[in-house]
Amino acid sequence: MIIKNLSVRFGGFTAVDDVTLEIPAGGIVGLVGESGSGKSTLARAVTGLVPYTGEIVGADPRRIQMVFQDPYASLDPRMTVGASVAEGLRVPRAARRAEVERLLSLVSLPASLAGRYPRELSGGQRQRVAVARALGARPDLLIADEITSALDVSVQGAVLNLIRSLREELRLSMLFISHNLAVVRYVSDTVAVMHRGALVETGPTEQLVASPTADYTRSLLAAVPRLRPTAP
Amino acid sequence: MRALRSPAPLAGLLLVTGFVALALLGPVLWGQSAARIDDAAILQGHSPSHPFGTDNLGRDLLARVLVATRLSLLLAALSTAISLIVGVPLGVLPSLLPPRGARAAAGVINALVAFPGLLLAMFTAIVAGLGARGAVLGMGLAGAPMLARLTQTLAASVANSDYVSAARVLGVSRRRIALRHVLPNIAEPLLLNVTLILGGSLLGLAGLSFLGLGVQPPDYDWGRLLLEGLNRVYVDPEAALGPAVAIGLAAAGFNLLGEGLAKAASRTASVVRDAAAGEALEQVASQGVLSVRGLSVAFPGGAVPVREVCLDVAPGEIVGIVGESGSGKSLTALAIAGLVPHPGRVTGGVSLCGQDLSALSPRELRRLRGTSLAMMFQDPMTTLNPAMRVGAQLAEVSTTHHGLSRKDALTRAVDRLRRVSIARPRERARQHPHAFSGGMRQRAVIAMGLMGTPRLVIADEPTTALDVTVQRQILCLLREVTDETGAATLFISHDIAVVGELCHRVVVMYAGRVVEELPVEDLVSGAAHPYTRALVASLPDMDTDRSLPLATIPGRQPSPTEDGPGCAFAARCDLATERCAAGRPPLVRYGPERRVACWEAP
Ligand SMILES: Nc1ncnc2c1ncn2[C@@H]1O[C@H](COP(=O)(O)OP(=O)(O)OP(=O)(O)O)[C@@H](O)[C@H]1O
Ligand code: SF4
Ligand SMILES: [Mg+2]
Repeated sequence: MIIKNLSVRFGGFTAVDDVTLEIPAGGIVGLVGESGSGKSTLARAVTGLVPYTGEIVGADPRRIQMVFQDPYASLDPRMTVGASVAEGLRVPRAARRAEVERLLSLVSLPASLAGRYPRELSGGQRQRVAVARALGARPDLLIADEITSALDVSVQGAVLNLIRSLREELRLSMLFISHNLAVVRYVSDTVAVMHRGALVETGPTEQLVASPTADYTRSLLAAVPRLRPTAP
Repeated sequence: MRALRSPAPLAGLLLVTGFVALALLGPVLWGQSAARIDDAAILQGHSPSHPFGTDNLGRDLLARVLVATRLSLLLAALSTAISLIVGVPLGVLPSLLPPRGARAAAGVINALVAFPGLLLAMFTAIVAGLGARGAVLGMGLAGAPMLARLTQTLAASVANSDYVSAARVLGVSRRRIALRHVLPNIAEPLLLNVTLILGGSLLGLAGLSFLGLGVQPPDYDWGRLLLEGLNRVYVDPEAALGPAVAIGLAAAGFNLLGEGLAKAASRTASVVRDAAAGEALEQVASQGVLSVRGLSVAFPGGAVPVREVCLDVAPGEIVGIVGESGSGKSLTALAIAGLVPHPGRVTGGVSLCGQDLSALSPRELRRLRGTSLAMMFQDPMTTLNPAMRVGAQLAEVSTTHHGLSRKDALTRAVDRLRRVSIARPRERARQHPHAFSGGMRQRAVIAMGLMGTPRLVIADEPTTALDVTVQRQILCLLREVTDETGAATLFISHDIAVVGELCHRVVVMYAGRVVEELPVEDLVSGAAHPYTRALVASLPDMDTDRSLPLATIPGRQPSPTEDGPGCAFAARCDLATERCAAGRPPLVRYGPERRVACWEAP
């Protein structure tokens, strides 16, 4: 799948400026950048939530799904987990229950959770429900917009592991958006760096982290807080 | 429903219940005496048998006021129903229609809201024919635009929520989104407002009847009775008093109840501090600026989110508090600053520079917060007033607390803005906070803390909403400020990497308790508590092996209402033994700056 020359303008302001990005089948592309750099707008354009110019080649727009940042805001508080997950299903009514259970087990949640309400779930569980809901639409491409930013580190690890196992099991292509370079580095095959609406650098993860070419990427890497002193 | 325990909403509830009972029973009990014509007692004033007098047919006015309750309330309810039936669908339209239709619908609502309601009501009442039907229709239509506007605002916020976006991405139809997502989520706030609208229609309808545009004889409501009574107000004022009191009380009842419910829903909290504590505070001889002893925060219902926290911070030292969401970090900070929201109860002792904070009066505490305490939150706008220029806000601290003149205070404000590296401070001081970026707002908050001489800086996730590059600048600034002023700094964050870079010492909290304290150098490889070690291991950083799964901590933290006899971490701990489930490990000191609460710790 290729995003070609995609731009988004709000009035006179260009939020996304002529972005071209390839997402290979079964690969995870990480998108990093500061707030306001246009990451989420790009995601919303690709999912059809905001109008854009440019082209998206090689993906059925109905088969692009998105998981949002805040798992507390992205599930309707008045719908059970099962009803939320069933929302995007295109299967006969009779098969729904089984399909919801299958999706929940895919994200390692017990089927008994289907009857519960989001407020009874922890943040990590909610985010898994959101992933299950997106998977229900059998996406070709899954867009994950800051899906671990609202989670605790103790939970973030489990969600990141889930993302990686889904890639292995379902060969799902993914656009993984985060401001956290360490997280992006951990899950992505390719990293794209966005600054002021434009892509400044794209490359295989290890290469980009080890020898960045753009100045902006370098300053971003330098600012990452590190718990362990950098290896000599 | 806790709000109903405070006096105003409770009075509202009692009034409304009373009037509803009256509406049900009134005509049954007093219907006959209200209709009994007595030629011998025409237009009488107050007397023992007729406390409010009689009307021109000799009917008892008190009975008539009581009986009129049913019609008055019924008409108000009908007109509110009309407002709802017209207003709510109109208000939902903008979030239901495609963009062009939505704009048109919003335009219609705007135009209707701008039209004077009472004029519309009177006009409709006259066109529809004098009488109760016209008045109800008129008031109902007059109330519809406001309801439509309210519905529009509520629906728009729901329509912008992530769960509606998610439904749209999943291809759910607009109609289905309105029915399944929007309506259920706006129902509750709408219902709260219905009480207020009921009160309004009651007043409006009484007004119309009073003007002769509403209920016509032989029927009567309060407004009609008021009109008849007012004709003779100079002779028998009590004839008008009955209906006037009834209208006033009923309207007040609905308003009090409505506002109480709305307040309960928005959960506004007032600041209360329980000063019963203090006995636990041992006067520590250490040079600690801040010492906290046995600090607990409890909420009604058995939740104790902070449990017996002890910690000390030395001058110029930055102590980090880490722990997962809900571990009580923020409440600990609020308790130290005396800002725990109602109805939280704080026990235990906090002393700042040897002064016992729990012994201070609320006024002294406010002064202390203004002069010696600087607080930063994740959202700088909790500290900054959006309606005031930044310079004026900073200056206000010094005019209130340091007795500076306005001019001197403003000079100091500009100087402090320069100190926190805000370029062109003089111009910036004249701007409002919205003209500042997120990072600049946090700088302004730090500058505000520097207007006095902060002894203690409490920073609760001040960089969580900022970009890494800006975060780095703010962390450097915090470090400089702490060094320069010698303040004690408490830095709260869920990001251990940030704490690792900034702080001297780290306090780890779990389920409301301190479980470990250690120098920052030992965080990566010298932690003794299994929870600290698991936290560190689960954090991906720039050197994590990408071929291995990340370490995780299965299970979840106990809620603030759960408190077993054992170690709170036992259910998630690899090293747990029977002893861990049976008894809680005490927090023991085992070296300078080192404490741990674990049976298995070395
Ligand atoms: N006003 C309140 N009434 C009742 N419980 C409350 C109140 N405020 C906080 N709590 C509870 O106290 C516990 C600790 O809350 P606190 O905000 O201190 O956590 P935290 O460690 O700061 O978490 P986070 O990392 O998410 O900010 C939570 O379980 C929370 O639900
Ligand atoms: S006391 Fe026991 S359960 Fe608690 S952390 Fe230590 S080993 Fe684990
Ligand atoms: Mg907090």
